[in-house]
Amino acid sequence: MQAVIDFFGPLWPLVWTLLKIVVIVLPLLGAVAYLTLAERKVIGYMQIRIGPNRVGPKGLLQPIADAIKLLMKEIVVPTGANKFLFVFAPVLAIMPALAAWAVVPFGPDMVLANVNAGLLYIMAITSVGVYGVVIAGWASNSKYAFLGALRSAAQIVSYEIAMGFALVTVLMMSHSLNLTDIVRAQEGPYGLLQWNWVPLLPMFIIYIISGTAETNRAPFDVAEGESEIVAGFHVEYSGMAFAIFFLAEYANMILIAALTSIMFMGGWLSPVSFIPNSILWLFAKMAFVLFLFLWFRATFPRYRYDQIMRLGWKVFIPLTLVWLVVVGVLMQAPFRSLPVLNIWFHG
Amino acid sequence: MNFVFSSIAPALPEIVLLISLSLLLLLDLWINDENRFYTYVLAQLALIATGFSVLTGENGQIVTAFNGLFISDAMARTLNIFSVITMGFVFAYSRLYSQDRGLFKGEFFVLMLFALLGIMVMISANHFLVLYLGLEMLALAQCALIALQRDSKKATEAAMKYFVLSALASGLLLYGLSMLYGATGSLLIPEVANAIAANTIDPAILVFGLVFVVAGLGFKLGAVPFHMWIPDVYEGSPTSVTLFVASVPKIAAFAFIMRLLVGALGALVNDWQPMLVIMAVLSIGLGNIVAIAQTNIKRMLAFSTISHMGYLILGILSANNAGYAASMFYVASYVIISVAAFGIVLLLSRHGFEGDRLDDFKGLNNRSPWIAFMMLLVMVSMAGIPPSVGFFAKLSVLSAVLDAGYTWLVVYAVIFSLIGAFYYLRIIKLMYMDDPVGEEKLVTEPDHLILIGLNGLVIFILGIVPQSLIDLCFNSIAHSFR
Amino acid sequence: MTSAVMLFTVFAVILVISALGVITARNPVHAALFLVLSFFTGSALWMMLEAEFLAITLVLVYVGAVMVLFLFVVMMLNIDLDRLREGFWKHLPLGAGVALLMVVEMILVVSSKQFATMTSVSNTTGVSNTQELGLLLYNQYVYPFELAAAMLLLAIVAAIALTHRRRKDSRYVDPAFQVSVKASQRIKIIKMPAEKDL
Repeated sequence: MQAVIDFFGPLWPLVWTLLKIVVIVLPLLGAVAYLTLAERKVIGYMQIRIGPNRVGPKGLLQPIADAIKLLMKEIVVPTGANKFLFVFAPVLAIMPALAAWAVVPFGPDMVLANVNAGLLYIMAITSVGVYGVVIAGWASNSKYAFLGALRSAAQIVSYEIAMGFALVTVLMMSHSLNLTDIVRAQEGPYGLLQWNWVPLLPMFIIYIISGTAETNRAPFDVAEGESEIVAGFHVEYSGMAFAIFFLAEYANMILIAALTSIMFMGGWLSPVSFIPNSILWLFAKMAFVLFLFLWFRATFPRYRYDQIMRLGWKVFIPLTLVWLVVVGVLMQAPFRSLPVLNIWFHG
Repeated sequence: MNFVFSSIAPALPEIVLLISLSLLLLLDLWINDENRFYTYVLAQLALIATGFSVLTGENGQIVTAFNGLFISDAMARTLNIFSVITMGFVFAYSRLYSQDRGLFKGEFFVLMLFALLGIMVMISANHFLVLYLGLEMLALAQCALIALQRDSKKATEAAMKYFVLSALASGLLLYGLSMLYGATGSLLIPEVANAIAANTIDPAILVFGLVFVVAGLGFKLGAVPFHMWIPDVYEGSPTSVTLFVASVPKIAAFAFIMRLLVGALGALVNDWQPMLVIMAVLSIGLGNIVAIAQTNIKRMLAFSTISHMGYLILGILSANNAGYAASMFYVASYVIISVAAFGIVLLLSRHGFEGDRLDDFKGLNNRSPWIAFMMLLVMVSMAGIPPSVGFFAKLSVLSAVLDAGYTWLVVYAVIFSLIGAFYYLRIIKLMYMDDPVGEEKLVTEPDHLILIGLNGLVIFILGIVPQSLIDLCFNSIAHSFR
Repeated sequence: MTSAVMLFTVFAVILVISALGVITARNPVHAALFLVLSFFTGSALWMMLEAEFLAITLVLVYVGAVMVLFLFVVMMLNIDLDRLREGFWKHLPLGAGVALLMVVEMILVVSSKQFATMTSVSNTTGVSNTQELGLLLYNQYVYPFELAAAMLLLAIVAAIALTHRRRKDSRYVDPAFQVSVKASQRIKIIKMPAEKDL
């Protein structure tokens, strides 16, 4: 080890950081690939089908085959498209989905950058993701793509507000913007009852639903809306460019799952005190949230566009505002030391 | 975590106003168009509550709140109560007109109350940032009010002009304030004043900031050469809004000048005095001359406002407490008169008819001697003919300027007020000596007539015994500035 | 050259180029995107000054929300740039003259000795920048903060008052009304006498 450090000399911190990034990103891409398989399998079983089962044992090599297929395909740039932006849009879509992982803690000390304003960083970075969609829709010079982009932009901006407010209640509970501290603040003798999802139950639900909307997943998938605007913003994309959008969407799903686990479900903490904390808990929680996403898709019909907007602006935002006040009052009120309340509202 | 939170009690009027206007906004949801009268009642109740909390506030001494960002002194209290009462008159006068033109909505009252909040914030600001926020609150509310008549091209144009010029003026003002901040290292008005008085700062940079501040002030006041928005806004906006624009914000403008020029930059008096002289000379000259050529009474009153603002500046540029008090008296009497003038213009209008041309005043005496007499009082006061409140206002301002040693300025102002008398007297001539054009009856409600009568009575009484108001202004200034 | 200076140079150059791009881009969408880039680099510069809260908020608010809506509008408008540029050459001499004058004035002002560079104030309290800012905002400056909040409420009221109204000249669909339709409203069964066969 020392020999390697000496070999790079002053560049070692840079190389070490790059290594850590690779260690995060590569498994993430693997997870994306197998999430697509899981999606097809889960939905398949829910619809009493088998799902893909031909490539490899039990269809396990299906994502690899898909990736190779997409790599081999030609990238078609439509006439009249803005070439630079057309190619640039997928990059803009995937960049924030990967960059946000920098502050996500996997364990007590397992985090790439333990910054104090981690929560703000997450909110800022994820809010940039919409550009990929908007630019893709505009640069394609296609009506369907443009419609999809407009829908998606309005939807993402609307739900971001509700998500932001939900996260504000989290930071109020933990007195910190640091994600590691947020997880630590949920630690306690009562295990899973100590986690934020109990006192912030409405926010937890809103966060998951808004997360579904943020990632343009069913039932909020009007931005793609296969049955009305073909595939929305990425209708003109093919081959690898399309694959990157695909990657971005699933990476975003995994990110939302990780954030939900950290903010509301205690991250790497164990649900019961007699089993030790472990990174596996985090993965299990993420898998649970991801399963919820797939379940939603198999269950709910697509929302109409005005219903999406109404839900976001007239239900979620007022609800989060009310809960903000509730949490504030509970934190300051003298009765916070009553038997049950003092589990969460101490100090 | 310790909260360094000084008392907020002195800011009670502002808090009461904000809470009651938010309540009004909510309650208005459950009031349909037929019962909109209740919104009006609620708005008046909000004013009463605010006025009451001003009156019950501490008296006599200077108190600060919110860590010194808010100040409540005698001047603030007097101007606050004055603004609230004027606002009540504005609501009452504009009720029928607004109903006829589809403006009688909850938003109308909420926006008006927000504007009042901005005014009150400015009146008791002790910090540049707070001053600026109050100013912007007033400007934003006013802009929305002007544009409230969506389908009127004139109103939209006026709002657009106001918005662009107001944004420009805010930019100038902010630039000036940032210069002052850079020089003095503080935004708190007393600290800025102390820093300047300490005489360690290079005056060049202070004057550089001051120029921008005065330009911004000039715009808000509507003094020449920053007057371009006034005629268009007065003419273009619905008369009920003009009534507002022409009255309460002037009080705020006065307070703004007092806080900024006198409170913070008092030590730079030798620098701002000549600037104000130029603005006063141009405003008095241009306002009075251009007003003669107008055929629309709203436009005429707009130019008359410009000239009145010139007279208002005269008092301030004399740079002593007597001068400030004279200006305060001037602005108070101007607001009383102006409200009455636009109240009468509102009386003349009816469904589908504006009544804002000078010709509409022809033979008013035949149609309604009472209203004609009220207009007579107003016009005499505006012209400054003795014995009227307008006369005493001009007299006090001019004597202050005379004491400051600007004899030529006094002569100039008197000559132009004589020229100005022409167009005011022309209205009187139209009302009493010409034949009426139309014979339509005036549509009105008793409360409007009673209030106009009351307003006229105040003008009349103040014309005979102005001393009480002068004393009030004098005491307020004397207790607030040393 | 220290690494901080190097980073600053890189960001500053990108910032200036993108700012130039905003005003020179022929396509309004490109101009908006350049603006996004300049916000981003500006935020990076703030980050270098350890003002992480301001930097992130700039991205969150301006890049994440304001510019998206801006782009949204710009994309939907069909701005004809050639028409906007019609008077460009005619007004150029005057504009250039004014610009030159302003540059000279600014140089005169800025080069005077009052505008010496200040030493930066570093955060020595040991509390994070964000927390420090929050304490200041909610204690010392709570009054302007609340006023700003009131002003946002005012802006909402003003915007809704000016734009929200039912247009009489447009036909619109009320989905709620459509959905609540009943079978009896769709089909009307009428009794008719049978037609005579030919």
